[in-house]
Amino acid sequence: MNYKSLLSCLFSISVLVGVPAGAQPRFITVASTTSTEQSGLFRHILPIFENKTGIQVRVVALGTGQALDMARRGDADVVFVHARSAEEKFVAEGYGVKRLPVMYNDFVLIGPKSDPARVAGSKDVLDALRKLKAAAVPFVSRGDRSGTHMAELALWKSSGIEIDREKGPWYRDTGQGMGPALNTASSMNGYILADRGTWISFKNRGDLAILVEGDKRLFNQYGVILVNPEKHKHVKKALGLAFIDWVISPDGQKAIADYRIGGEQLFFPNAGQEGA
Amino acid sequence: MLPLLLQEVSFAVNGRTIIDRISVEIAAGPRTIILGPNGAGKSVLMRLCHGLLKPTAGVIAWRGPTNGGLRQAMVFQRPVMLRRSALANVIYGMRLAAIAPRERELRARDVLEAVGLSHLAERPARMLSGGEQQRVALARAWALNPEVLFLDEPTANLDPGATRDIESIVAQIHASGTKIIMTTHNLGQARRLGDEILFLYQGRLAERALVDRFFRQPVSPEAASFIRDELPQI
Amino acid sequence: MSEITQALGAAGAMIFSFDPKLIEIVLLSLCVSLTAVLIASVIGLPLGAAIAVNRFTGRRALIVVLNALMGLPPVVVGLVVYLLLSRAGPLGELGILFTPSAMVVAQTILILPIVAALSRQVIEDSWQEYQEQLRSLSAGPLTSALTLLRDARFSLVTIVLAGFGRAAAEVGAVMIVGGNIDGVTRVMTTAIALETSKGDLPLALGLGIILLALVLALNATAYWVKEAAQRRYG
Repeated sequence: MNYKSLLSCLFSISVLVGVPAGAQPRFITVASTTSTEQSGLFRHILPIFENKTGIQVRVVALGTGQALDMARRGDADVVFVHARSAEEKFVAEGYGVKRLPVMYNDFVLIGPKSDPARVAGSKDVLDALRKLKAAAVPFVSRGDRSGTHMAELALWKSSGIEIDREKGPWYRDTGQGMGPALNTASSMNGYILADRGTWISFKNRGDLAILVEGDKRLFNQYGVILVNPEKHKHVKKALGLAFIDWVISPDGQKAIADYRIGGEQLFFPNAGQEGA
Repeated sequence: MLPLLLQEVSFAVNGRTIIDRISVEIAAGPRTIILGPNGAGKSVLMRLCHGLLKPTAGVIAWRGPTNGGLRQAMVFQRPVMLRRSALANVIYGMRLAAIAPRERELRARDVLEAVGLSHLAERPARMLSGGEQQRVALARAWALNPEVLFLDEPTANLDPGATRDIESIVAQIHASGTKIIMTTHNLGQARRLGDEILFLYQGRLAERALVDRFFRQPVSPEAASFIRDELPQI
Repeated sequence: MSEITQALGAAGAMIFSFDPKLIEIVLLSLCVSLTAVLIASVIGLPLGAAIAVNRFTGRRALIVVLNALMGLPPVVVGLVVYLLLSRAGPLGELGILFTPSAMVVAQTILILPIVAALSRQVIEDSWQEYQEQLRSLSAGPLTSALTLLRDARFSLVTIVLAGFGRAAAEVGAVMIVGGNIDGVTRVMTTAIALETSKGDLPLALGLGIILLALVLALNATAYWVKEAAQRRYG
């Protein structure tokens, strides 16, 4: 039985009351996204890392925008998200040391089986989006500056639609995480862009199914960044690097690839890949 | 501490005068009864003397020597019992008077026996009858060995049997050397317990006399009328 | 309807299999909320009593503010505490963000007004009854406050349990300052939020049923304590 949290509670309380805490477990704080956590990936790979190194990894799961902001404030040691341009900006601003590609998963376009917009089976997501707008069918957007949200916005843009100006009441901007947004889509029989991982573990599907997948433009690249210790002195540089090094090492990459739900691999390791 | 001197003492609230320029000196010795109809200001006068209220005009002063601080106690019309045993209530009073811990329980038991409540010492005080609670209140006051004991209509809410018990205890306390200052609107009680009467009427001291003379030949018309109207009660 | 039966099934399965993750989450919830209510009571009960028995300028404004703070939205408290404890914030050096300590801090702030405001009310009601007697016995404000706290102990237990219930049931504050970290800061309410957002509604409902059972047991205890005390001490 895992008493870690109870011990942690008591340790933390003793810290609070000023009593020396004694042996605190070695740990790092990783800012990541809700979709990554909810996919269950961390539950699978982190114990492997912890057993190997004795370093506890504490994942705080937020939207990508929030995760990066949290890191800018210095509340995390490592960032593990999937929004390349935001990550590169983060590093360029000096908050991160270096961005390293880790793995990718893909997005899928989910919708009701009845498919009023007639997009099922398409291999062209941009075309599908145009059809959605034309049909004015309910579409749920995460609207929370997450990686998924930013990918969605990028796709609208690539399809030639200025979604901010051209959206109508059919476009539901919910400001929610992946799970709640899927709940919303399920209850209104709407379309939604989701990461495959969350979709596979999502249990409240209602009448929804995957309608469009496989388009290269739907690939979702993850990057890992060490928060810059020069900006925030308390960042656990050695421990954070240990984690990053492991995650891009053959061991870590294999752990990622081994994670499956219902026999299906969710994440595809590609550390070291050019241009990823 | 005694004598207690009041000089032109007044007390007003929201423009209403409740005590109107009372001057009196209360000396040690006799049992002083403050008598008067309801609304005369007896309770307020008590509280002014005891120190619970401050006069809005005039001076109240204890003119006698104070050895060991102001030792006075008060028993109210409704006894206030803490959620503890009767014994604990009596001990509580002594704790505040800084009486030595070793002495407290001994004295408490003594005094509870004197008021006839030894058998109820461990009972939660709030579960006792009205008369019994008032006896605990008296015991609590008596245990402090006060120089002056104020009593504000202590038997107004009690039946005749309980009233007799209380009156007998008050007599005992007086016999042990404590000055008694008590209010009542009951003429019979005033006669039984009092040595001197301060008769209050509409906030003024209408008359002051020894008890016999007061009832035989009241000088003020207010007192005469009061005694006449209340006659059936005697 | 089937979701509810599924939920009951999920709850039953979790409880009777003594699922270690579940036990960990429940114990952490209890640990955090109990610590918070303990600290809040140690500060809040005396604070409430102090406000009840003292008179000072701004007292009424303070009471109004305290009463209003009872309705502090947990998510607002969470946000403020997060900004304070963030590395970028004034108390960042403490390094307690995303630990149970931060959750304790947030919940303490949340329930302190409840404990203080309600105890102030209870003590003030007692104060009306006891004030004259306590002052007569020379009890100063501090002694009076302590005496009243002790006398009102059963009502205060109810207040403390109410505070605990509020803490155990909130999610907004602990989610933000704790981060809902698996195995570290995940408590019942944040676990329910997580499972709901994953679409695993039976599991979320199951956890919810357990939480409700806990809160119900608490309220039953509070009621029973009050009743028993009433009968015993009056």
